[in-house]
Amino acid sequence: MRVVVAMSGGVDSSVAAALMVEAGHEVVGLTMKLRDTTPDERAGRSASCCSPDDLRDARGVCDALGIAHYVVDYRDTFRAAVIEPFAAAYLAGRTPNPCVLCNDHVKFAPLLARAEALGAERLITGHYARVEAAPGGGWALRAGVDPAKDQSYFLFGLDQAALARVRFPLGGMSKDDVRAEARRLGLPTWDKEDSEDICFVPDGDYARVVEQVAGAAPAPGPIVHADGRALGEHGGVHRFTVGQRKGLGVATGERLYVLSVDGPTRTVTVGPRDDLRAAGLRASRWRWIAGQGPASARGRLRIRYRHAGADGDVQVRGDAAAVRFDVPQVAVAPGQAVVLYGGDRVLGGGWIDEAVPPREDAPEEVGVGRG
Amino acid sequence: MAAALGAAPGEIVFTSGATEALHQAVADRVRPGQHVVASAVEHPALFGALERCSARVTRVPVDAAGRLRVEDVVAALEPATALVALMAAQNELGNLYPVRAVADAVAPVPLLCDAVQAFGKVPLDVRALGCAAAVVSGHKIGAPPGVGALWSPAGRAPRALLAGGPQERGQRAGTENVPAIVGFGVAAEHLPRRLEAMVAVAARRERLRAGLAATEGVRFHGAPDLPNTLAFRVDGVAGEALLQAFDLEGVCLSSGSACSAGGLDPSPVLLALGLDAATARGGLRASLGPETSDADVDRVLALFPRLVARARAAAEGARACA
Repeated sequence: MRVVVAMSGGVDSSVAAALMVEAGHEVVGLTMKLRDTTPDERAGRSASCCSPDDLRDARGVCDALGIAHYVVDYRDTFRAAVIEPFAAAYLAGRTPNPCVLCNDHVKFAPLLARAEALGAERLITGHYARVEAAPGGGWALRAGVDPAKDQSYFLFGLDQAALARVRFPLGGMSKDDVRAEARRLGLPTWDKEDSEDICFVPDGDYARVVEQVAGAAPAPGPIVHADGRALGEHGGVHRFTVGQRKGLGVATGERLYVLSVDGPTRTVTVGPRDDLRAAGLRASRWRWIAGQGPASARGRLRIRYRHAGADGDVQVRGDAAAVRFDVPQVAVAPGQAVVLYGGDRVLGGGWIDEAVPPREDAPEEVGVGRG
Repeated sequence: MAAALGAAPGEIVFTSGATEALHQAVADRVRPGQHVVASAVEHPALFGALERCSARVTRVPVDAAGRLRVEDVVAALEPATALVALMAAQNELGNLYPVRAVADAVAPVPLLCDAVQAFGKVPLDVRALGCAAAVVSGHKIGAPPGVGALWSPAGRAPRALLAGGPQERGQRAGTENVPAIVGFGVAAEHLPRRLEAMVAVAARRERLRAGLAATEGVRFHGAPDLPNTLAFRVDGVAGEALLQAFDLEGVCLSSGSACSAGGLDPSPVLLALGLDAATARGGLRASLGPETSDADVDRVLALFPRLVARARAAAEGARACA
């Protein structure tokens, strides 16, 4: 069977490709070119995903495996579907999740199309997640077995058509297993460092990226305390994210956190940690992995990638969802994804619009009945 | 070598390739800030050389089929224009350009002719071109890569670009790449046979064109006067996807110019034809050589409808998901 492997140049996708070769498939490696490299990257002074080094590494692995390797140019798509929405979200006071956007709009739909154009039956990636036949038919998406590496949170947007053709051979492995495999297979990337940064923010200075994309100096706005006090002025809402404690630029003697960021009025509200707690949240663009789902469901909810998960209930009407946690959660950030799990199985997910404070009765507020 | 160009041996400087030869010719004629007229579809090596010399460049546009009008070149001249650059044949399209007519029309402004793509495909006589300097490349006629030549008429030897040695009569310092130069000479000796073979190449290219045209949505680029080149795109199919699909079948196409393999930007030549960036990204090129057989053409024609249909179905599926 001809399969396409999405190869970043890192150890995970290298091992995924090697395992496919070992399994006897005709493997084609594709590396996505998502953005232009910076002068620093070209000179080898800075490295992140999509650097020339990564392309070379991916090509080197493919050479070592004796498989074809091509670069696919998704720079325009990536800019329009990921980088620009990322900047726009920050400027609107939200906390975007570019990796989910990338999976939704760049990695899977276009790569599946390319795989099909190349006559490949499967698209393989090095994600730590599992796709299995669901008991009642269709395909189930499950967490990777290594809890430290599980990436199923980023993949909740995959639909059944995609799941039928996508496979994640590392889903049953730990990172240590993968490195050991890479060594056994003699892959040149076996000891390459993991990249955890946002690929287009190699130095972590995301505010600078937002300003570059926006092309204009962000407007200042007020910083106010939850109790109503005006505390000062800030240099742009994109520098703040819900739950942030450092870099607020105000000193009151009290330990303060960002409670909310209001894009239209450019108001950043800060307050004590207790006020960060949310009883629930409202989300939109809800999707069920199975394609459809019940009006209400119960399970473990993750509200950001590194969130351990919190039990709660979800009420869904159309693609609007109202979530109520059993125990209030801190730092529910609009713009992030909320993903519902049943055990290690991803059931569905959506995009957080707002947190619901502990006092409010969340379901009635959005008009979603209990049932 | 000289005979193959209609030149005398003392008029040839061997270089590392056409890129170096173009740099030498431009550096010989153009001072910083001077004005140069060039067709919009010259090779990037020429534009690179002009930029290196800080030339002020007027690019003469071509029409949608890549054709150039002599009067447009003349109209671009300024009183102090130092150089006109015009390629004999366009490397991505196969168009031939009226070098002689332009040289006559712009005289006494010297004309630099990039003859790389024409050499070995159509008869070439540098004196008949009327140019002040011409550049060719060895690998285009079957010599090893890594050798090119700069022709200048006797009595007008170009200044050395690389200095510090007496090689090439002081016109190009550095140890000569003797094996490649010898190979260039041998390839040049075989040039008459290569040119004869171009009749069959042209026939196969025409058969390829007719065969590809049978698939709906195939658009050809340029007006390929050369026998070997066929530039095209396929509506609704990413050029990159088709190129990769053919590569997996062992058939090598190129997107834009073959020199920029791995380059992902739309071809400046296709942009010069008036295509938008997205359409230009769909550009593909098939190149045939004397070694390309009828069976090779048959194979491509058999694969083409199937691979296009598959890529098209995939692209439409992706749109439906979005």
